[in-house]
Amino acid sequence: MKLTLKIWRQKNNKAKGELKTYPIDGIEGDMSFLEMLDVLNEGLINKGEEPVVFDHDCREGICGSCSLQINGEPHGPDRLVTTCQLHMRMFNDGDTIVIEPFRAKAFPVIKDLVVDRSAFDRIQQAGGYISVNTSGNTIDANSIPVNKHDADESFNAAACIGCGACVAACKNASAMLFTSAKISQFALLPQGRIEATERALNMVKQMDLEGFGNCTNTGACEIECPKGITLVSIARMNREFMSASLEGPLSNVWSKKG
Amino acid sequence: MSKLDSKIPKGPIADKWTKHKNDIHLVNPANKRNIDVIVIGTGLAGGSAAATLAELGYNVKTFCYQDSPRRAHSIAAQGGINAAKNYQGDGDSIYRLFYDTVKGGDYRSRESNTWRLAEVSANIIDQCVAQGVPFAREYGGMLDNRSFGGVLVSRTFYAKGQTGQQLLLGAYAAMNRQINRGKITPYNRHEMLDLVIVDGKARGIIARDLVSGEIERHSAHAVVIASGGYGNVFYLSTNAMGSNVTASWKIHKRGAYFANPCYTQIHPTCIPVSGDHQSKLTLMSESLRNDGRIWVPKKKEDAEAIRSGKKKPNDLSAEERDYYLERRYPSFGNLVPRDVASRAAKERCDAGFGVNKTGQAVFLDFASAIERFGKERAGIHGNHNPSKEEVTKLGKQVIEEKYGNLFQMYEKIVDQNPYETPMMIYPAVHYTMGGIWVDYNLQSTITGCYVLGEANFSDHGANRLGASALMQGLADGYFVLPYTIGDYLSKDIKTGEIPTDTKEFDEAENKIRELLEKLINNKGTHSVDHFHKKLGQIMWNKCGMARNAEDLKSAMVDIKALREEFWRDVKVPGEMNEMNAELEKATRVADFLELGELFAKDALHRNESAGGHFREEYQTDEGEALRDDENFMYVAAWEYTGDPGNEVLHKEELDYENIEVKARSYK
Ligand SMILES: Cc1cc2nc3c(=O)[nH]c(=O)nc-3n(C[C@H](O)[C@H](O)[C@H](O)COP(=O)(O)OP(=O)(O)OC[C@H]3O[C@@H](n4cnc5c(N)ncnc54)[C@H](O)[C@@H]3O)c2cc1C
Ligand code: SF4
Ligand code: FES
Repeated sequence: MKLTLKIWRQKNNKAKGELKTYPIDGIEGDMSFLEMLDVLNEGLINKGEEPVVFDHDCREGICGSCSLQINGEPHGPDRLVTTCQLHMRMFNDGDTIVIEPFRAKAFPVIKDLVVDRSAFDRIQQAGGYISVNTSGNTIDANSIPVNKHDADESFNAAACIGCGACVAACKNASAMLFTSAKISQFALLPQGRIEATERALNMVKQMDLEGFGNCTNTGACEIECPKGITLVSIARMNREFMSASLEGPLSNVWSKKG
Repeated sequence: MSKLDSKIPKGPIADKWTKHKNDIHLVNPANKRNIDVIVIGTGLAGGSAAATLAELGYNVKTFCYQDSPRRAHSIAAQGGINAAKNYQGDGDSIYRLFYDTVKGGDYRSRESNTWRLAEVSANIIDQCVAQGVPFAREYGGMLDNRSFGGVLVSRTFYAKGQTGQQLLLGAYAAMNRQINRGKITPYNRHEMLDLVIVDGKARGIIARDLVSGEIERHSAHAVVIASGGYGNVFYLSTNAMGSNVTASWKIHKRGAYFANPCYTQIHPTCIPVSGDHQSKLTLMSESLRNDGRIWVPKKKEDAEAIRSGKKKPNDLSAEERDYYLERRYPSFGNLVPRDVASRAAKERCDAGFGVNKTGQAVFLDFASAIERFGKERAGIHGNHNPSKEEVTKLGKQVIEEKYGNLFQMYEKIVDQNPYETPMMIYPAVHYTMGGIWVDYNLQSTITGCYVLGEANFSDHGANRLGASALMQGLADGYFVLPYTIGDYLSKDIKTGEIPTDTKEFDEAENKIRELLEKLINNKGTHSVDHFHKKLGQIMWNKCGMARNAEDLKSAMVDIKALREEFWRDVKVPGEMNEMNAELEKATRVADFLELGELFAKDALHRNESAGGHFREEYQTDEGEALRDDENFMYVAAWEYTGDPGNEVLHKEELDYENIEVKARSYK
């Protein structure tokens, strides 16, 4: 396959970026998208040019590092896959492919295609855990039976890889799908119920502080999410959040917001 | 003169750990506030250790090269985690888990450590469930189990094919709680490049901020290394692209002995290599061997016909298939340990029965399982006379519930639907049992430098059983290190903060600056990957699944020559003071090029076959590994002397008091 790549190049956080054009040849359908970029980079290095920087690690769709906007879609045209699992057989000889970083105010570009997603970490630090000690002095794992359906639903929410495609897909750059997946994962389990209210309040508050946009229910996030996280999570979060507001804050998070 | 004191506590094996914990010096909570600990790595081992140390009250700094702790390579673990819970009532016990692990490791692990691992295993599951890890459950609400290779009980807990992800998110959540409390300061996108030793003790590190490129000094009272395994020395492996040996290798060069580097696990069920562009290999979890049957055609003609596309696998009847694992190992069948399964696949493919274009693949077939599960599920739904279509549909549903993400992954990569046609698989480098030598307290031969998880030489001997790396990482991090490190730190309550403006930090920082400048200014003709791929080829061809003295000797020569070429001719574009992915790769590959030589040397010196280390010269008539207990029942711990080809060997003799040492048999 012969392709024309238009790739976002940006020296650093402060520099102005631009799309640069790179023709490339000899691409096979069995290559993954990132292996295609490896071929490009090897060529650039040999020519004495700077290779394109992008985030990646596991290359099997689980670490959530890879994060490319491909022809306007986060993780490209295939469904339920990350960029690293996207294969070149999805493209045709002669195609032009535009490759950009995930765009959002809360995800500033670091260099080329690499963005800063530490906002996601901070949302989780604000409450994405169950407050138990890690001493191992706890009750036997089977002493609280968990309904299989709830356990499966919790797992489905917990399958979120924190890639940020949902944010990049959303015209408002909202992080609702991500945050709601995290809140749901715990809220669905008896162990997580205890702090559910406070968790929802704290995480949503942090999400707002990070500068993510509002959710206007367009559902673009659900379509682009590589792990099949659905809008049901958002509904669940809203429910959790509503009841949290009604019950009144357990801590003073709410008053601090004002 | 050997420094190897394994510090195994006295007394009966079942009491050692409890007694040891009671004997350990404690640090009072007020004093813990004055003590700093650096943790390198935020995988299961580092993440769980950091969270627990912070919870105890120490000031913890964590480091990882990814942009978030949650992306450590543990996230990719698929199949499950072992624990001697005996929830299935199938006769499991601490002893049995201990026994399986020692036998699985071909009698090359330290008995006392393995026992402790089995002892704390049950606690791990309790802990993780309390933290909200959504393990798979049965309809009655109880935890479900599956089986892994090399054992006869069902003791593996799992969360679909994403067990590592769920466990790591648990450890990450525990870290987040401590970050929120201000007890952990995370340094993400930071790479440790050297260890700083002051007065004989590990007191800090030199790290590079991978965003700004700045070189930083960090001090602490103890340094914990949990940086994962070194499988990427083979270039192609199931490890993440960034997995590396740098942290381990740098402490090795500063005095930590490196144990059993040649013990590598080649995993039997991975997606075969498709071409030269390949950047990594993808594992298909061992859990698939619970339900998948491995076969190749009985007749060479059929294998050829399948290779050329003239026949499809489903065209062959049961009689025309050779389920070679079930044939050779009737009692364990498809669930023999990994080393055995891998060698058996290689044997069939070398003999001409391989089933893909390159002849380097065997089938993993789910047709029987789909039928079996389909009938069972139909029965549960009250349909006792289901049609074939109903059975297939329900059966596929069950398989999807169990392995959905793996099947999807396979289909995306290979472009074939494994629900309809058998998967094609081949062995690939997966895990390294070797690593930094540690004593019972997980302390290396450098005082104050502890090593956890896959980075240490671990409890798995010469071969690790499936689902036991996650167990070990979490055992080390949650339950072992937090106790043992206290004993050491109890002497540091009055030390005060360790200054970083000392000559030791100057020396270490200058060395790293020189190294980085040399790489940037080298301006050679070939990329880092060029050298890494070449190293990988040498390793795979000469230090891979089957080794012999002649190849190993030539591997040592080749690797040394390649290393010299690297330093002459490598080309690293860009600058030091910026995000520079090529520079990151360069420092890692430079270390792999040294480790590789020691690896070959270790494999050459071990004149026996044990577990994953198979020497062609030492095998039984039936092609099974042949140990030499008289001469090699020891841990080989290597001391760096300035040149990886000339390291000095130290031996830790292994004593087995609680288990009878026998030839390993899975027949
Ligand atoms: C595909 C796959 C599937 C697996 N499935 C299973 C399974 O089902 N069951 C099982 O028991 N085991 C499994 N394993 C093995 C198991 O996952 C690993 O052995 C284990 O997770 C290793 O954990 P760790 O904490 O030691 O290291 P890792 O999780 O590899 O973490 C290493 C950490 O160190 C950091 N790091 C490395 N170098 C540096 C440096 N120089 N500076 C700063 N930070 C650094 C990294 O950023 C990372 O945070 C699997 C392995 C693979 C590859
Ligand atoms: S919800 Fe989906 S798209 Fe968003 S971060 Fe999680 S996995 Fe990525
Ligand atoms: S590189 Fe890990 S998800 Fe793509």
